[in-house]
Amino acid sequence: MRRFRAAATGAVTLSLALAATACGGGSATGGGSNDSPKTLTYWASNQGAGVAVDKQVLQPELDKFEKQTGIKVKLEVVPWSDLLNRILTATTSGQGPDVLNIGNTWSASLQATGALLPWDAKNFARIGGRDRFADTALGSTGAAGKDPAAVPLYSMAYALYYNKKIFADAGLYKPPATWAELTADSKKIQAEGKSALGAEGSNLAENIHHVFVFAQQHGAGFFTADGKPDFTGPKVVEAVKSYVDLMATDKVIPPGDAEYAQNQSVSDFAKGRQAMLLWQSAAANLKSQGMSEDAYGIAPVPVISGTPGSGTQVDSAVMGINLAVFKNTHNLDGATQFVKFMTSDAEQRILNKAYSSIPPVKSAQADPVFGTPGTAVLKNTLATSAAALPQVASESQFETTVGTAVKDLFADAAAGRAVTTDSVKAELQKAQQQMPAA
Amino acid sequence: MTTTAFQEPVRQETPGAAVREPRRRTGRLRRVSLPYLLLLPALLLELLVHLLPMVIGIVMSFKELTQFYIRDWGTAPWSGLGNYKVSVDFDAPVGKALLHSFFVTVGFTLLSVGLCWLIGTAAAIFMQDTFRGRGLLRALFLVPYALPVYAAVITWVFMFQHDNGLVNHVLYDQLHLTDKRAFWLLGDNSFYALLTVSVWKGWPFAFLIVMAGLQNIPKELYEAAALDGAGMWQQIRRITLPSLRPVNQVLILILFLWTFNDFNTPYVLFGKSAPEAADLLSVHIYQASFVTWNFGTGSAMSVLLLLFLLVVTGGYLALTSRGRRTADA
Repeated sequence: MRRFRAAATGAVTLSLALAATACGGGSATGGGSNDSPKTLTYWASNQGAGVAVDKQVLQPELDKFEKQTGIKVKLEVVPWSDLLNRILTATTSGQGPDVLNIGNTWSASLQATGALLPWDAKNFARIGGRDRFADTALGSTGAAGKDPAAVPLYSMAYALYYNKKIFADAGLYKPPATWAELTADSKKIQAEGKSALGAEGSNLAENIHHVFVFAQQHGAGFFTADGKPDFTGPKVVEAVKSYVDLMATDKVIPPGDAEYAQNQSVSDFAKGRQAMLLWQSAAANLKSQGMSEDAYGIAPVPVISGTPGSGTQVDSAVMGINLAVFKNTHNLDGATQFVKFMTSDAEQRILNKAYSSIPPVKSAQADPVFGTPGTAVLKNTLATSAAALPQVASESQFETTVGTAVKDLFADAAAGRAVTTDSVKAELQKAQQQMPAA
Repeated sequence: MTTTAFQEPVRQETPGAAVREPRRRTGRLRRVSLPYLLLLPALLLELLVHLLPMVIGIVMSFKELTQFYIRDWGTAPWSGLGNYKVSVDFDAPVGKALLHSFFVTVGFTLLSVGLCWLIGTAAAIFMQDTFRGRGLLRALFLVPYALPVYAAVITWVFMFQHDNGLVNHVLYDQLHLTDKRAFWLLGDNSFYALLTVSVWKGWPFAFLIVMAGLQNIPKELYEAAALDGAGMWQQIRRITLPSLRPVNQVLILILFLWTFNDFNTPYVLFGKSAPEAADLLSVHIYQASFVTWNFGTGSAMSVLLLLFLLVVTGGYLALTSRGRRTADA
């Protein structure tokens, strides 16, 4: 009996530990077929203020597509926090959607899994050709020298959003152009009892986007020319430190923002609690939270000194969403038709307007709707001073490991612990050691 | 002394006996095989749901499995013991981080299980006597156990917020117990935040099991002890706890396994990158597998965890069984 009990307990233990052990199986099957020509499954990333907003934006367009082609598109809006894992699981099991949105910075990482349909000349020809898309957007669709793993859908860039009233109350009538100006302006704003700059200290992707830009401004990168991680160079350390110092030393970011990860800083800005926000294409989000377009201004992200310009001082990462076709699709023709539909001029205008992003399709970009002063800043940034994140296979791991390092440094700053060159270097070293061997 | 022996009926040679014999044999076969047939679906499911993935996990732990092979993991190159060597090389970063996570998990588990047991047992003993409102109180005690984990833990996330959370509001604004608003989801305090949620979530289970165990203790024992002049503490020490021993043995084992492997609580509290102070093994292995996409190393870590749990469980069972044998003797 005792032996039986021990065996039973062992079995229970095995079962419980198994939850961690089992990573699932997987097989690479097929390269797409047309077995179910009348349906498509589409995983859209959460672009709006909530999943419901996305459904409201997308469903009428999907209905339009069904009317045109007879193909019904089953929509699922996937929150950002789940999207990469969902794609990974789909890749492992081979049971994914037909068409899906991916963050453009993940393109090379997901390309390396071999799960996405490569966009060779033949496939591009089916959606009107590669030349329809802006070069900056195409720069974030996969590793250099390989066929893109996706096509650009929405383009975005970071900008400085500032509250006009808070600025005026502090005697400020123009946005800061350099970090020194931003710090000086913040002191004036804080003297009026307002919080200066918002950040999302626990949001790994946000952290990465900012430290990438800071690194570019310091003339450094996180990867060597041959794609190896290089997180601990003195300039990279200096760049990461200068970003975290906005909270630790300059005190322009409040300590509470260290635990923000759910866009709370956007809410703070929209509710007038914070004077400035560094965000990508935030207009639609701010509007949905009740902030009038007249209440804020949009300016380029500050630089160390002078004015930004292509190849000199980068002030944004090339941000955006790409549209990919899952290689295992059972409706390859339908999926390609759907990509053609979503990247058509008409749909590009509708969707990018709804999400306050910039169409990566050049002909749609010319529409006057994207010529407003706010949009002009984003368009200009994308055209002249934005840089693509490294298109290397380990990019997504870089986002999470270095993003976590910055999160931990923000935690130190928030707790009042000193953020030193050594502590920054130690965190970055830890991040680098976690990276898979190339 | 009389014995009764089962006597086989005398077989009579009758016409037709040759026909009846195979039928009887078929009936016996059916009787013997029926339990196995009934068990078969469960065995098959066990094989599919548990054993097969475990074997796959073990195979993966010997492979160099990264994103390049995840789509067809069977083609990933063998790495032999490479993933295990990386995991247990405590001078190198991966092993060092795993060891740190192991110690955090052990400390967390011991504290959480201890507190869950203590609170659950105290509450169960307190609820033993009938009093007005006992049913309502009992129902309230079970609320944390009955709530869906995600909903419960996310509520704690709101309560632990630095600026607007209830915890800081009470500790700092109302009771002035802290000199400033503390961070509960970042830095060292995250361990205590995790422990609080784990105990809050876990003690009702201990309460439920101990309460059931208490029902089996005869009241006469307490009455006799009371007549002999035993006070409440002596009754608990001499009657309640020894009588609860078999119940506690199972309870502590289950709590230990659940707490050691708990993934939901730290994941909902901290997301995919837990602070170092609250870096439990479950999330650590998840990070190794799904954040850095080192699935082979993650699998090796899982197998090591499995072996550790088997050793601890085996040791615990051996120890408690020996203790019971000694007590029985």
